[in-house]
Amino acid sequence: MNTSKIKWHIVVFLAPAVLVYTAIMIFPLFNTLRLALYSETDQVTHFVGMENFRTLFGDPLWSNQFWNALGNNMRFFVIHMIVQNPIGIALAAILSHPRLRFAAFYRTAIFIPTILSFVIVGFAWKLILSPIWGIAPDMLASIGLKSLYAPWLGKEEYALTTLALISVWQFIGIPMMLIYAALLSIPEEVLEAGEVDGITGFSAFWKIKLPLILPSIGIISILTFVGNFNAFDLIYAAQGALAGPNFSTDILGTFMFRTFFGFQLQLGDPHMGSAIASGMFGIILVGVCIYLFGIQTRLRRYQF
Amino acid sequence: MSTARANPLNSMAAHAALITYTLIALFPVFVILINSFKTRKAIFRDPLALPDGDTFTMIGYQTVMKQGDFFLYFQNSMIVTVATLFFVLLFGAMAAFALAEYRFKGNLLMGLYLALGIMIPIRIGTVAILEMMVSTGLVNSLWALILVYTAQGLPLAVFILSEFMRQVSEDLKNAGRIDGLSEYTIFFRLVLPLVRPAMATVAVFNMIPIWNDLWFPLILAPAEETKTLTLGSQVFIGQFVTDWNAVLSALSLAILPVMILYVIFSRQLIRGITSGAVK
Repeated sequence: MNTSKIKWHIVVFLAPAVLVYTAIMIFPLFNTLRLALYSETDQVTHFVGMENFRTLFGDPLWSNQFWNALGNNMRFFVIHMIVQNPIGIALAAILSHPRLRFAAFYRTAIFIPTILSFVIVGFAWKLILSPIWGIAPDMLASIGLKSLYAPWLGKEEYALTTLALISVWQFIGIPMMLIYAALLSIPEEVLEAGEVDGITGFSAFWKIKLPLILPSIGIISILTFVGNFNAFDLIYAAQGALAGPNFSTDILGTFMFRTFFGFQLQLGDPHMGSAIASGMFGIILVGVCIYLFGIQTRLRRYQF
Repeated sequence: MSTARANPLNSMAAHAALITYTLIALFPVFVILINSFKTRKAIFRDPLALPDGDTFTMIGYQTVMKQGDFFLYFQNSMIVTVATLFFVLLFGAMAAFALAEYRFKGNLLMGLYLALGIMIPIRIGTVAILEMMVSTGLVNSLWALILVYTAQGLPLAVFILSEFMRQVSEDLKNAGRIDGLSEYTIFFRLVLPLVRPAMATVAVFNMIPIWNDLWFPLILAPAEETKTLTLGSQVFIGQFVTDWNAVLSALSLAILPVMILYVIFSRQLIRGITSGAVK
């Protein structure tokens, strides 16, 4: 066969995907990084180098907002890691129990919040937690805990945690499903061998299953990380672009949106928006690299 | 076999835990749905009661139908989702076939290049995407959304589909080649039908995030005639904050289509996730 000739069918097969992907995803990504190095005055765009980043990190007007958003984003992520993933793993562990009845029903029902849009989730919880409607205070009152109630979404000290928990409620189905899949793939012989050695129940989970599903836990963690540092919709749907009260729920996504589009009296600035996007890109890149080179390579994968 | 793992007390506790969590998962949806059919007074007096003869009303739904263009929004969401899935599956399968089937220079590199997008969210490039859509005149058109979602969906689609295409029997394809079929016929006639289950998985994975996305409709297509259902309900609810009947009905109407899609595709979705397509 003549190998020197270009095999046109390979080009034809690859071209559409590569073109769309390059033009709409890769090119804008780098163009955004480039735009961050420019600025616009009187409708003339000119190169300013690292000036935008200097403003972002140096000018207190900007840097306070940036660090606030980044800090909130970290808290948002940490709450997901310590609430969503353990509960998801626990639910998956219970579900994967052999001969559990109605497993398919539970699985389907618990996954429902994950398919709802942020708009629905945000407003539904806003209404339920609202002091006007009174579902949350009434329910707390019925178990004698009325004093615990506060308008959580309206208080600076609780709003972010509340939104993070709402987001956990929404996405718990994903870790549950991935871990469930991992648990199902553990062969019966391995567990039976453990039983012969007297390892059952909880200790079987800790000593046999958990080490085997560590790679899946790694994947969930990185998915959560990327998802959280690029989150926007829930905060926007529940608290608006100003991420109130008093920016206490502002995360990088909402900060970038406000900067880019402007709000109230402040005009939108695509170049500062690009600078923030570049910051987000850097953070996500660092996270992904830590996962790929620091975590994934150290987790031992078992092939059955 | 394992008598040690069949403890009735454990099984009771397992069901108790699962029922509790199922209630937590379904409670908000249930509250929204039942209250959307109740009068304003009943909504506030007894939010957890089911609607009965006295409290039943459709007033909220009437307001929604009169004020919002929900059919148009629904149609827009439908067009965007279906068109995107078509392009993601077609282009994704073609590229996956090229990567899985042929050994050529740069194969591995191309695979890695396409896989980059699995981890890097397309939203980072929003500023430049908007600029590009404005200069090509695609802003405020459904095409802008279809293109963006196609680019966003391709990396995972190529990744999953090429894994599956590697499993298609070599003998089958070679038999086709001996019979004189072109590479295109082999792909469309022999290989595509065999990877249908994987295509369905890719479709379901893409469908829900596209349908529910708020960011790109808000930025690329906020015009009245191109609003998607998600953006449309967001704007509508924002305008009718004080009209609880209308807000609850709008929420219920927004829940309905995804629920129907979910009921139809949940088996596929769950099978897709549990078959390890995303390992």
